Amino acid sequence: MTVNAQNPLSNPLSALKSCLAAACAAAPLLLTAGGAQAADLNALIWCDHSDPALLQPFEEANNVKVNVKEFEGTGAGLAIVDQSQPGDWDVMVIDSIDVSRGVEKGLFEPLPEDKLPFADLFPEVKMDKSTVVDGKRYGITEKFGYNTIGFNKTKVDPVDMQSLASLTGDKYKGKIAIYDYYLPVIGMAALAIGKKTADLTEADLPALKTELLKMKANAKLVGEVTASQTALATGEVDILVGGGEWVTAGLAKENPALDFSIPKEGAVLWSQSLAMFKDSKNKDMALKFIQYILSPEGQARLATSSCYWGMPANSKAALTDEQKKILRFDEQPGFLARAQTYPAPNADLDKKMQDMWTEMLQAQ
Amino acid sequence: MSVSGSNSRALPWALVTPALAWTLLFFVLPFIAMGLSSLTAHEGGGFTLANYSQFFTDPSYWRAMVNSLEVTATVTVISILLAYPFAWILAEQVPERWQRLALMLAVLPFWTSYVVRSYSWLLVLAQNGVVNRALSGIGLIAEPLQLANTRFATVTGFVHFFVMLLTLTIFANLKQLSPSYRKAAADLGAGPVRTFLHVVLPLTLPGIMVGAFLTFVLCIGDYITPQILGGNNELVMPQLVMMQIGRRGDFPLASALSIILMAVVTIAYLACARWLKIERA
Repeated sequence: MTVNAQNPLSNPLSALKSCLAAACAAAPLLLTAGGAQAADLNALIWCDHSDPALLQPFEEANNVKVNVKEFEGTGAGLAIVDQSQPGDWDVMVIDSIDVSRGVEKGLFEPLPEDKLPFADLFPEVKMDKSTVVDGKRYGITEKFGYNTIGFNKTKVDPVDMQSLASLTGDKYKGKIAIYDYYLPVIGMAALAIGKKTADLTEADLPALKTELLKMKANAKLVGEVTASQTALATGEVDILVGGGEWVTAGLAKENPALDFSIPKEGAVLWSQSLAMFKDSKNKDMALKFIQYILSPEGQARLATSSCYWGMPANSKAALTDEQKKILRFDEQPGFLARAQTYPAPNADLDKKMQDMWTEMLQAQ
Repeated sequence: MSVSGSNSRALPWALVTPALAWTLLFFVLPFIAMGLSSLTAHEGGGFTLANYSQFFTDPSYWRAMVNSLEVTATVTVISILLAYPFAWILAEQVPERWQRLALMLAVLPFWTSYVVRSYSWLLVLAQNGVVNRALSGIGLIAEPLQLANTRFATVTGFVHFFVMLLTLTIFANLKQLSPSYRKAAADLGAGPVRTFLHVVLPLTLPGIMVGAFLTFVLCIGDYITPQILGGNNELVMPQLVMMQIGRRGDFPLASALSIILMAVVTIAYLACARWLKIERA
């Protein structure tokens, strides 16, 4: 029954839509066909993987060209895959909590655990609940960090940043930006009202909405990555709700006043994974790429990518002492102990959470 | 005879076929696909009107349309009010030999990237930006004004761009206007104000309306400017559409919202076309 419901041929509307979508996609595909060589590795990535400092050593060592396509948001990434031919892509960077979405669509290949450095990963970021399906591992965490409070320590009292209550009090009204991604900020709202991010249900939405509206009332803006980072760096705001090392670490040299805290209520742990496509025509090279990214050298380069910094999942990453200090590497055990996972709602709750976020954005 | 007649009938079709094929491939087919997608349930597929009903029943969704219309109307009116005198000065007061240079200067903002231009405005309007520093420097304000990340910033960014567009369409219209109209009005005893209100303005309305319609279409469908300058303190329709795609990949709902947006643009077109009597051609 479920299979039939999802089979386009069982539904004339879907069948026609699929044909038209294929026809519409045909022209751009024809234009791009022939651009990639068989030996190329085609990777769907986030911007941190497009740094030449990360890709070049791998390309030179393996005599391969890594063709990358950046995307933002799992939905957008999966849409690119939908519009491609099987085998077009070899590897994909994906939110760890969304690995199972790719598995449900039959996109990913199980990863050989014995050929990857799982033993070296911080145990808390292995994310087995999301990356292991039916006993098979389909994703490996490569980078992580926290959606927490990013701030300018010369403008705010760092002691205040140890409590999420500061975000809704009057003291910093108008000095706050909110990172425009509903899941982590809803996770922070959950922590603020004493809920566990993993246990959120529809019944929690009214209380979460109240908390979000209080945050919005104090905020000057709600911005995506660049906008919120710029606002904090230029002094437009002093606090970024949802910020963390991914905002402050990359700017540490230019602006050492930027810092982040893990408040007493906790923080939301974000993590990104690498997955290999089942239809990849270059699985050996895809595995080599994943191995490189998870190697101490690759991890150091990924962690300090020019797009954004983040903690390497591999505890043996070859970071310099200065880089470790900026990332607060040695404090990670304590941070991880207090961090909670990203909310991972089912499709229905996800939709309701996004609608609640829309309502918050529209609130005046 | 018959071959020649057949050729004469085939030639026009041959000439328009590339344009028709282009429109079919890159507009009609995607539009039909989008229409069908908008009638499909995101979870499980199947026919549904839920994507449309969501827009009409959820206040935060139709608020996005209200915001879009308010911003677009404000931008269009302000742009016309600024562009008309500017175009008139260019056409009537600037010597003909300088007009080309003046026009080139007028369209300079088009030469910069749209994104760069928006971020530049963000820096100008920021708390420690040029405007706040200047106002503070001359003692007009004690505390910085919140100019960036507001609707004011979005409207400013839009107006900067669309004044240039409207200037071009109105300028072209003014240049086409024969001086004899004004001479005839003067002969009949009309003063400069009356001539402008009863002769020049009505005759340049097509230029204004063409520019206004282009402003409306480009403004209501723009994602970049409100995203960068508005600070997400309110959502407009294109932002709402993009939001459905990012994480959830809800293309059916995004398609429905896009079709509704397109319907509004079509209504605006019909209103303009009817008023300008474009269909009489």
